[in-house]
Amino acid sequence: MATAPTNLNIDRNVGNFLYPEQHTRDAGRGLTSKTIDYIVNVKEEPEWIRDFRMKALKIFQEKPMPTHWATNDLENIVFDNIRYYLSRGDTKRTWDEVPDDVKETFERLGIPEQERKFLAGVEAQFDSEAAYSNVKEALSDQGVIFVGSTEGLVKYPELFKKWFGKVIPTGDNKFSALNSAVFSGGSFIYVPPGVKVKHPLQAYFRINAENFGQFERTLIIADEGSEVTYMEGCTAPKFESSTLHSAVVELVAMPRAKIQYITVQNWSSNVFNLVTKRGLAHEEAEIKWIDCNIGSRLTMKYPGVIMKGRKARGEVISIALAGDDQHQDTGAKMVHAADETTSNIVSKSISIGTGRSTYRGLVHVPKHLKNCKNNTECDALLINQGSRTDTYPAITVRGTGNACQHEASVSQVSAEQIFYMMQRGLTEAQAMSLSVNGFVNDLVRQFPMEYSVELKRLIELEMEGSVG
Amino acid sequence: MLDPKSASAGEKIVTIPFDQPRIDGFPDWFVERKNLAWDKALALPFPARTDQGWRFSSLRATKLDGAVLTQPEFDTDEVLSKSQACKTTSGKMVFVNDTCIHQSGAAEGLQLLTLEEALESHGDLLKEHFMNRQPELGSQKYLAMHEALVQTAAVCLVPKNLELNGPIEIFRWQAGEKVASFPHTLIIAEPNSKVTVVEHFCSLANEQGGHVFGVNDVVAMEGSKICYIGVQDWSFRTTAFHINSSELHRDSSVTHLVMNLGGSAIRGESISRLMGPGSRSDMLALNVAEAEQEYDQRTLQDHVSPDTNSDLLYKNVLADKARTIFSGLIMVQPGAHRTDAYQKARNLLLSDEAEANSMPGLEILADDVRCSHGATSGELDATELFYMLSRGISEAEARRLIAFGFLNEALLRLPNHETELVEMLTARLEAHLARRPASLD
Repeated sequence: MATAPTNLNIDRNVGNFLYPEQHTRDAGRGLTSKTIDYIVNVKEEPEWIRDFRMKALKIFQEKPMPTHWATNDLENIVFDNIRYYLSRGDTKRTWDEVPDDVKETFERLGIPEQERKFLAGVEAQFDSEAAYSNVKEALSDQGVIFVGSTEGLVKYPELFKKWFGKVIPTGDNKFSALNSAVFSGGSFIYVPPGVKVKHPLQAYFRINAENFGQFERTLIIADEGSEVTYMEGCTAPKFESSTLHSAVVELVAMPRAKIQYITVQNWSSNVFNLVTKRGLAHEEAEIKWIDCNIGSRLTMKYPGVIMKGRKARGEVISIALAGDDQHQDTGAKMVHAADETTSNIVSKSISIGTGRSTYRGLVHVPKHLKNCKNNTECDALLINQGSRTDTYPAITVRGTGNACQHEASVSQVSAEQIFYMMQRGLTEAQAMSLSVNGFVNDLVRQFPMEYSVELKRLIELEMEGSVG
Repeated sequence: MLDPKSASAGEKIVTIPFDQPRIDGFPDWFVERKNLAWDKALALPFPARTDQGWRFSSLRATKLDGAVLTQPEFDTDEVLSKSQACKTTSGKMVFVNDTCIHQSGAAEGLQLLTLEEALESHGDLLKEHFMNRQPELGSQKYLAMHEALVQTAAVCLVPKNLELNGPIEIFRWQAGEKVASFPHTLIIAEPNSKVTVVEHFCSLANEQGGHVFGVNDVVAMEGSKICYIGVQDWSFRTTAFHINSSELHRDSSVTHLVMNLGGSAIRGESISRLMGPGSRSDMLALNVAEAEQEYDQRTLQDHVSPDTNSDLLYKNVLADKARTIFSGLIMVQPGAHRTDAYQKARNLLLSDEAEANSMPGLEILADDVRCSHGATSGELDATELFYMLSRGISEAEARRLIAFGFLNEALLRLPNHETELVEMLTARLEAHLARRPASLD
């Protein structure tokens, strides 16, 4: 190859700043039943939640690390060192009430500005609890609920209890059990039948304390015929020691409802990002995960859709960028559980320097279903000699009348392309950046405008320092 | 020897139901290796469903309940009269279980030897190549058992520059109820030689079931060309392991094709290790899975050297309650630049109870490579079927034709000059599909 760029480093610095800790509530280090009692008492949660958490703690302690298939890097998480709950009081409804340093944090990340410009509602989580949460009046008048998970379970127990922990059972995996034991923050969203939320709702997750574990829990219910788009962004400053982020996100799309869930993950490069995300799509409902992973040390995330009703549809669009010492282990799960269900997975990854990106997929079409279709495409781009990429899909099809296809390819930036562009006066870095942008362009366009512009900028910044 | 893993999982405790028999007539170094292998076979755990190498498998082939190590009786003349397939051959060997009953090699310089003979005349070569490659696709325990218990083998040594025209045929007959056998084939092609080997796996009596633990290893030296074809047609009660490892040196090429027709549960493992630049490996399989058959195939295309090429095509037709598992990995080792690797697994499901599992995988640790894989699962094309029906072809016949055409793609990948061989295999496949008039509905 003509180009041998070195020292690629993405601009992960947008989020790399921090304010001194001023927590009034702190559960200390390590995880025991006392930690759970502390969280339940401080948050004034009902007793059924205490039981739920205690059961989850037991499952978490019993379950082994999934290292028989996953990376051994998981062994480096020291659960006893982690601080499981840190907060400083209640969620505010206006930015004026939010403490200055927290407000400044989100100002620097551009959240209030974006809220004014194009968002229908915002929740900003600082460590364990939301510092700010607001939804436009017009929406709340229509009955749309957008609150934190604690407020959701206290104020709307009938709605909340019906689906909480049903899409992702506590024992689904070790980290969903951990989240169930110590969850705090995250969003609860309910969209009433027929309501179409035009502008996206946004949540922003910020870790500000060292050795902190963030365990937000999100539950989104879109009732019959409704539509909603949810976006989440994540950042953390770069600490000396590693930080854990382990969320559980459950989506429920009732008949004919549509949910779009967009993530732009830009954690600093020492965050373990181990997230369980799954949606349940009823008849003719549609769930679409749009997922972009740029940051973190290790991300393990396989958004899934269970297509439970006839003609339900699931989709995962995923972009992963693995830089030096990063491992993006991402993928998708599609479980077809009714006739005429269709799913689509498109995954593109870029490995730079010593980065490693992995696609892990599962497609399941059980017995006696008719006309189920799955399409999977995975493309990987390798930039340097030390870059690595893996693909591990598993596809099970039973019976006739269904069609599944999987395709994957691995390639490099073509030397001819770079030569062509340089010959026309572009620098090598510009040419690389253009080429890489071209590789992900069709996916980037699926993100909302503001995000796609941002993504392009991130990739350009990355390539700037790339050719040495 | 108890297996701690399966015992703790609450499963039935399984053991190897026989002892290692006394070893006679082998050189000391070989006896020592066999003894070490036996200790290893006992010590290694039985596979569990949670092992990645056994994902989706029913583990049926791993069960040894009631297996015995006895030599059943048979009629040599009758077996020999059945051992005919190709018209012109360069050599032939016939085995019943672990006994060689016939060997003939016509071509000059070609060595077609039993294990005992090869150890005597080519000890050093065997020291280097007999089961010396790291097994890694999941059947380590069974490979160790094979090494400890193997009695004889077909060792095929093709001297430098010799190009054989007709294929070498090897017949493997399985006899006796619950009898375990250990067929072993080792092909070593010296520089710039060319050889084709066809191995037939059949049971003497269809109502008898056995346990087969087979190994077929291939070593292609610089510039040599090897074509290996395995036709597996064990009785419907036989479980079998067929484990292959191919080693390719500079500018060599190996075509490895398996056709699976019989057996109850078959575990196939195939590794192609591309060690020298310019080498090329073609891995092909065509499988007709019906009734309650399970074909579990795991492959590895291991690109060690730069400038290597591999291409895999595995095709399954599934009827009745059959299950197939394909798990394939393309591994591009650090430094194996300019690798070209392809992998395609396709399933044609003909019944509502059939199940096809595909796990095509890639691990790329070098750059400037071109790798892609694809896996598809689908049913008969309704328009193709309609077209044939509208031209007066019966539905059963049309379905058979489509299934045949689907599988035939793998046979067409065989080297051009093997016309007679392709005809023989085509006829075999057609006869198998025609065997049950209504089988493919």
